[in-house]
Parts: sequence; C-alpha cells; structure tokens
Amino acid sequence: MSEYIDNLDTGSSVGVVKRQTFTFGKDGDPITLESGRTLAPVSLAYETCGTLNEDKSNAILVCHALTGDSHVAGIYQEDDPKPGWWDIMVGPGKPIDTNKYFVICSNVIGGCMGSTGPLSRNPETDHPYAATFPVVTIGDMVRCQRRLVDHLGIDKLLAVIGGSVGGMQVLEWSVRYPERVCAAIPLATTTKHSAQAIAFNEVARQAIMADPKWNAGDYYESGRPEHGLAVARMVGHITYLSDESMRHKFDRRLQDRVELSFDFEADFQVESYLRYQGNKFVDRFDANSFLYLTKAADYFNLENQHGDGSLVQAFSRAKCRYLVVSFTSDWLYPTYQSRDMVKAMKKNGLDVSFCEIEAPWGHDAFLLPNERLDALMGGFLDRVRTECLTGGSHAI
Amino acid sequence: MRFDLQVIASWIKPESKVLDLGCRTGSLLDHLRKTKNTKGTGVEIDEDAAGQAIAKGLSVIHGDIYEELEDYPDNVFDYIILSQTLQQIYEPEKLIREMLRVGKRCIVSFPNFTHIKNRFQMFFTGRAPMSKELPYEWYNTPNIRVIPITDFHRFCGQLGVPIVKEVAISTHHHDTKGHVIKVLPNLFATFGIFMVGERD
Repeated sequence: MSEYIDNLDTGSSVGVVKRQTFTFGKDGDPITLESGRTLAPVSLAYETCGTLNEDKSNAILVCHALTGDSHVAGIYQEDDPKPGWWDIMVGPGKPIDTNKYFVICSNVIGGCMGSTGPLSRNPETDHPYAATFPVVTIGDMVRCQRRLVDHLGIDKLLAVIGGSVGGMQVLEWSVRYPERVCAAIPLATTTKHSAQAIAFNEVARQAIMADPKWNAGDYYESGRPEHGLAVARMVGHITYLSDESMRHKFDRRLQDRVELSFDFEADFQVESYLRYQGNKFVDRFDANSFLYLTKAADYFNLENQHGDGSLVQAFSRAKCRYLVVSFTSDWLYPTYQSRDMVKAMKKNGLDVSFCEIEAPWGHDAFLLPNERLDALMGGFLDRVRTECLTGGSHAI
Repeated sequence: MRFDLQVIASWIKPESKVLDLGCRTGSLLDHLRKTKNTKGTGVEIDEDAAGQAIAKGLSVIHGDIYEELEDYPDNVFDYIILSQTLQQIYEPEKLIREMLRVGKRCIVSFPNFTHIKNRFQMFFTGRAPMSKELPYEWYNTPNIRVIPITDFHRFCGQLGVPIVKEVAISTHHHDTKGHVIKVLPNLFATFGIFMVGERD
C-alpha cells in the first residue's frame, strides 16, 4: 500500500489508541516455521479499538498490507496529525463500526513495526537477526496471529478483513482455521502471486541487494541501504497505481520548472512524486524486512499449501461466509484472480458475495474513500453479526 | 414488490435454497429471506445493483449469469429464478438446461409477446409493437427474443421438461398490483410465469 490517509475526521475517530505487545515462546514454546526453522521468543505488536463483548463474539481481525502496521485507526496522542492507515473504514459509525465490533490489528512477524523481524535482536547473539532471520510465510504470520487471538481469549473471530497481502492472510485464516472464522473479507488480493507480481517484487529486492550498503543484510551498524530501499519502494508504488491514475495525477507535467533540464534531475512530476514516496518510506521501514515480507507474498500459494494444487480442494476446508472485492484498475491483483477464488468457493457450496468495483485508482483503491466499498462492508458485516450471533447456518 | 415477483414468491417453499439470476437490487431475495427464511444467492451483472444487494446483507455475485451458473455443483438449489430476462438470452435452451442441472426447479417469467395490444399494433400500424412491457424500438431493445406463452409451452415440450406450475398475469412490469388471466392467456396476459423441472 502506498501511503497513509492524511485526512483525519476526528468526529468519528476511535480516538487515542496504544500499541501493545504480546510475546510468546519465552519459556520453551517456540514456533516452528514452514521453513522448518524454529523461532522464539516471538513478539507481535498490536492495537485494539472498540470493546470486546462478554462472550467475546464481536472480534474482527484486520490484517494489514505489505508495509502497513498495527496502527489501523485512531491516533497515538491528542495532537497526532496522522490517523491509522484505515481510519476511514474503522471507527464509530464507520463500516467496521467500533460501537459494535472489537477490532484487532497486529503487525506481522517479519515486520519492523514492533513485531519480531530481521531488525529484532537475536537472543543468542545479542545482535539483530538481519539476514539470519528465518524466511517467513503468510502461513507463519497467521499462525502467530492465532496465538495472539488465543491470548485475547477469543475462540471465534466474527470476521477477518484485509486487502492485498492482508487479503492473503484473510484467505489463509479462513482455510487454516475454519472453525475460528465466521466471515472473511479478502479485498484486492489473490490466492497466489502471478509471475508479474513476483517479477516486480524481485526487481524491488534486487534494488536493495544491489545497494553496496546492504552488505548482505548486515548494515545495522554501518548505515542502511537507503537508496536501494527507496528504489524498491518506487517500483512497488508503480504497481499500486494504474495508467489512468498516473495520467490523472501527473500526466507529463513538469515539476517546479517550465523547461526540460537535459540532465537527470526530476523533470516530471511523476519522477518527483516517486522519489518523494521512496524517501519517505526509508524513514519508516527496514530494508531487510521489505525483503522478507515480499518473499512471503511471493511464496503464498493457497492451493499448493492447502489443496494439493487444487484451489477447489483448498477451499473445501473453509466454512465461513466470504465477501470478495476487486477493483477494475488493479493490475497487480486483477479481477480474474478474485473470480478464480470465488469460483472455487462456489464449487464448495460456500456462501460468497463478490463485487468488482469500478475504480480508476489501481490496486490502492481499497485504501481510498469509496462509498461502494463502505456500503458492501457495512451491509455484509451487519448480516454476519445477525447470523453468527444467532447461530444460523451459512452454506448455500 | 412487483406483482410477478409476488407470484413467484408465493410458489417458493419456506427454508428452501434459491438462486435468483439477474436479481437486480435483490428485492425478491430479501422478501423471501424475511417471509420464508430461505437461503438465497443472487447473480447480477450491473455493479450498482449488485452492490446495493450486497449492502442489504444478501449474498450476491457480480457477474454474468452464464458464467456464474457454470461454477455451481449439481442440484445445490431448490429453485432457480430467471425473472423477465429470458427475452434477452442468446441460448435459452442451454441456459434452462444448465439451470435445471444446478437446481431442482426453475422459475421463468417473460413478457407475453402475443398480448392483444401487440397484435393490434402490428395489425393496424404495421410496425413492431411497443408496450409498457416491451418499451423499446427495434434498434435499441435489449430483447432479442419474442416469446408467446403458447410457444413457451411448445418449447418445454420439445425440451422434455415438465411444467410444474404456470400462471399468466396482466400487470405493468413495475406494478405491485395485477391479476391472473385464466381465459385465453396467450391473448390477454402481459406476462407468463412458469415453474419447470421436478414435480412434487
């Protein structure tokens, strides 16, 4: 995802939230990762908003996208100018209504925003893991989130919601822990990366690894590969937009000049914008973490992991209701990929709703204000709440 | 709710599983859910209509009815409804066979082309008939089929598909009121509604 939402509507904000940390595996209960390696202790940074009801049946887990974090909504202190990344969606009276639901958002394992990742100190060496951090998968992220949900005493999540790489976690949750998910909303996502998506990620990773400062991942004392990371972000950012949105936002307009410079300055607005996004990203993100998270997304393959190569078989494990949403101009995870998952869900007789929303803004559309998405999510969640709390069945 | 949909709703047994093809904003599904506790799914090609239906808390798939029908296993629904859409279908025989694969019964409604007003218009003006039920010119109509009630009977006979129930009604297609036509329906009814498939 490209950027945080800048407009803050304090009137319906969840207000001040606090980042918390949950740690497990301290006393010999390590997690065995899909790679076979073990990891302990593991910390997850998480935030919650809303109130958990008495029978703990109103919890919604929101999964963040690739480089997001646990700060889904609200602000950290009263004068904080920037709300969480999905403040337009999560809050009192908003589609994920915190008057009704208890919202949990955790930063994923492998991240760099308070959860255990390559930036974390390896207890055995007392140095950052750096490139010795084990490769993690979407499945590993979800298994860690499950421990957090256990820790909060929640048996069954009312819904798991997320877009992009967050959507992969949603799909993984629904198939890995079918008994623990009442409803799932995967947005702008896929059950496996296309060659094109892997290709873009590889270019981004190579940009980092080609930076001499990367130093095989061991840079925490010598200085970070800022340039490589900024280029990686620029590549990613292009895939989050669309031809139409770039034309609309920038076209070939020049930046702070009336003539071409005939050198390698940022002549065009789009160049300047990408440089700005790249540099801004460097301030908040760790390059090694970017490598691990993009690899996890590339490895994700729901049908291989859970269905022996068959998507229909993978979803035969699922029991929840689904709302699948794609966006017309998303060329990173195009609509055909959402339709494929819907098809496999239908073949299993699952209750599924699907909508392809007309939106010109590319993959990032799920993060931008959109009345259609608001109405879909709000209506779907209302139904889920009624059906799940009354114990109605959901298969067609 | 439209009168023809009221008739269709009256045929549906409580607690059954229903698929509504071309469900628009889901008013029939919503009605069935509330009054008969059915489990319903809709298919709708228009994003706005599909979005409104999902926002009502209905299960709806935004897509093309042919493609969406293909993905369902055999016999998962008790009823499959195709209301006022048959006249726009390219391959009615294929679609109805597919509907009967996925569901036990299918309910089809369509404007009766041989209604007396249409016949008069053609006879006296020599022009393609236009009516409240068929409100288009030849060049802008989405309706590619003309379906007289009598011909639908023959069609079902040729398909070898039993007609379980049928009713002919006279109403404007948006009206909530109407009446059943028992005498010479092919002449006096504006719409035909049929349930075909498995008998009771």
